[in-house]
Amino acid sequence: MSRASSPALRTHIMVRVGSFIFSLFFLFQVASAQTFVQGKALADASLKEKAVWMEKLASDDSEEATRILQYWLDGILVYWPQENRLVRGIKEGRRYQLQDLMTEEALGAVSSREIDRVKTNNSLRSALKQVLGSRQLGSSDRNVRLSAIAELKRRPDYKVLPLLKKREASEQDDQVARQLSELIGLVLLESAEANEQMEGLRRISGGLSPEVKDSLSRFLLNPNLDPGVVEVAQRELDAITRSLMYWGIGQDLFFGLSLGSVLLLAAIGLAITFGVMGVINMAHGEFIMLGAYTTFVIQQWIPATSMWSLLISIPTAFVVSGTAGIILERLVIRHLYGRPLETLLATFGVSLILQQLVRTVFGPLNQSVVTPDLLSGALDINAAFSVTYNRLFVIAFALCVLVTLWGVMQRTPFGVRVRAVTMNRGMASSMGVQTQRVDALAFGLGSGIAGMGGVALSQLTNVGPNLGQSYIVDSFMVVVFGGVGNLFGTVFAALSLGVANKMLEPLSGAVLAKILILVFIILFIQKRPRGLFALKGRAAED
Amino acid sequence: MIGLRLRQLVFASIIALIAYVFLANVMFPASMGVALDSYSLTIVGKYLCFAILAVALDLVWGYCGILSLGHAAFFSLGGYAMGMYLMRQIGERGTYGHPVLPDFMVFLNWEQLPWFWYGFDAFWFAGLMIFFAPGILAFVFGWFAFRSRVSGVYLSIITQALTYALMLAFFRNEMGFGGNNGLTDFKDLLGYPLTSDGVRVWLMLSSGLALLLSLFLCQKLLATKFGRVLVAVRDSESRTRFLGYRVEHFKLVAFVMSAMIAGLAGALYVPQVGIINPGEFSPLASIEVVVWVALGGRGSLYGAALGAIVVNAAKTFFTGFYPEAWLFFLGAMFVISTLYLPRGILGALEDLAQQVKGKAPKLSQEGLS
Repeated sequence: MSRASSPALRTHIMVRVGSFIFSLFFLFQVASAQTFVQGKALADASLKEKAVWMEKLASDDSEEATRILQYWLDGILVYWPQENRLVRGIKEGRRYQLQDLMTEEALGAVSSREIDRVKTNNSLRSALKQVLGSRQLGSSDRNVRLSAIAELKRRPDYKVLPLLKKREASEQDDQVARQLSELIGLVLLESAEANEQMEGLRRISGGLSPEVKDSLSRFLLNPNLDPGVVEVAQRELDAITRSLMYWGIGQDLFFGLSLGSVLLLAAIGLAITFGVMGVINMAHGEFIMLGAYTTFVIQQWIPATSMWSLLISIPTAFVVSGTAGIILERLVIRHLYGRPLETLLATFGVSLILQQLVRTVFGPLNQSVVTPDLLSGALDINAAFSVTYNRLFVIAFALCVLVTLWGVMQRTPFGVRVRAVTMNRGMASSMGVQTQRVDALAFGLGSGIAGMGGVALSQLTNVGPNLGQSYIVDSFMVVVFGGVGNLFGTVFAALSLGVANKMLEPLSGAVLAKILILVFIILFIQKRPRGLFALKGRAAED
Repeated sequence: MIGLRLRQLVFASIIALIAYVFLANVMFPASMGVALDSYSLTIVGKYLCFAILAVALDLVWGYCGILSLGHAAFFSLGGYAMGMYLMRQIGERGTYGHPVLPDFMVFLNWEQLPWFWYGFDAFWFAGLMIFFAPGILAFVFGWFAFRSRVSGVYLSIITQALTYALMLAFFRNEMGFGGNNGLTDFKDLLGYPLTSDGVRVWLMLSSGLALLLSLFLCQKLLATKFGRVLVAVRDSESRTRFLGYRVEHFKLVAFVMSAMIAGLAGALYVPQVGIINPGEFSPLASIEVVVWVALGGRGSLYGAALGAIVVNAAKTFFTGFYPEAWLFFLGAMFVISTLYLPRGILGALEDLAQQVKGKAPKLSQEGLS
């Protein structure tokens, strides 16, 4: 974490100095001998007395008290009558390994009869957690502080309020301070006084985490509230619900766009081959799978966590799948020219062979492809909306592929030939376009893009032999919906189907969403049998 | 002529099989040792059901040019109709012993039978639904699809989407068809226990008879003017339309008939294997049917039946001995049959026979595109 501005730098130095002093203090504490001598009293205490002991320890800021509380919670705090002190006792078989509380020096093993375990029960345990959580708030590690706050938010306790306020005064980190303020707000809602409740409402205003929403709903159930407070709280709750809904829609939209991007990468190659050759390639899904497995294989050579392995996978997958595509075109599809249904069957056979080939080589189980460090994690905008980097990468990647492909199709001689063959094969051929060559290259291009789609997909799901099959029906739907031979139609269809799928999911469940989309397309194709953006022409069908 | 003889051979061997099983398993006592054991009976019965399904697909694909990649959906619907009857027959003998509700509904805490399960306790109703459930689906789907002239690969993809959507739907527990596990644990059919050898023999025999019947009916249908128009639609849809025929009506009738035959096949299949689950709806299942027909001989009903039996015998062999190799084999069969056997085994045999007799083979791909 770098702090760039100069006031922040100053606080940074202050924190550094503070933590140095703190660690000196800590060293001193470790070196010092055990000071807590009432071990026997603690071990013998009744549960009610133990609670008193806990309060006493809680008010003691020392490292020793922290350790006692922590070990107590973990159930490894034991009283050792022989030396009349508390020690750490870890059960091993039937004996206990004893260690010094502070130095963790081994003190030998004893049987269970020679020691006295300091027992707890559930209510004590949760109280202990609270105490320890508020202690962790003072930790010098900001992540420990954040997780302590998250723990305390789960069950706000009015008793810790003074401590929280003290921490808030000394907190330097902005994010921690915000979280702390929200926590104080939640705690204040537990108060019985209206002005404190109002203060709490003010603090949690705008918070979107589930804890805030839950606490607020719970708060409104309280019958002894001031009407003014109720009004504010209700308004606050409505605002939270509303903005949660908006952010939820945003989140669905983001997921939908990333799904749409995957569909786009899968379908765009299919649209090219179908457009140019009128051939449905059922093995297209397997080219996606080949691309995903290429990523997996490359990760065995190049450290998977580096971005390089992914960047190298992209062109490699393009080459692997593209070559496979050209081979398939030369060996099989060329011979079935003009017979689309036979091509469909033959390529389906090829897809079965490729699936079984991968199953034989890599095994039937899913392989996990590691996400590079750079792409793991997410940008948390707030509690309800976060952008995961891998999905962002997929969207950006699809966009790059799209722009490149558009450039190739519109600006290069090859693109011109492909479009010419798509529109009128016979005419293109008589103008000197080598249609066979265009066929092979276009098929290779479409397959190569599918391979790159596989690389992107490997960042989102597991890689297995059935990977391609699960996307092939969806990609066909995209092609059928968008129409053939039109890049824009494919883009529109992929994104809208992706978004529609994710938008329907929370309303109806994932499976039903998919069924609804399929039914929609089946109905849609009745109206527009050639897709949304069909090439206009006057040719008769046969 | 040779072709005709080959067809007669297929027909005759089915009759011979039925006659043999009838004689050996029904007429003579088991002690003679000529009777088929129950494992072989089930296997043969299964193959016969698949042959019926292949005939159904060949009717629309081979003679009408509609490549349906969703015929397993009709097969499964017929199977589910039969399965529902068999479930209702279990009665109180289920694990939970509920008098009306099947086990899975009790498990899901359902209070009463969903409306679409009513009537399935009567065999005649289930028998009707075997034909009507797939028939109505085919009618609705075909009416929309053919009317708006969805054809060729588009139609194929859409039929695949149909069966895929049905598979997803039937996987849901809320649908009321047993979800993932489907319908199983059947006890008896028409009061006779399903596991007994006698019932197995009769099921196999009725599968054989149903196959003969559907072959015979389709053959007769195709010999009429209706059949001629179907072939014309296959060969050139636009020309047929310009000649004044309502192409979509012909296609629809053929499609619905085919779906009903497929439903019958499914209904005979389910009691023999003892289970029906949503896996039967999977697109792969449908497309396997296509390869039976393609390999056996598209455009020849007997070829389709032969193809179903040959491919499934190969499947039994491979999955038993070399499970790894099965998909390789199936895939290769797709490629080989489309590249080198455009008219399937039967067509290749006919060509071969004609060549032996010194005549030029017929143009093998005429009209098949």
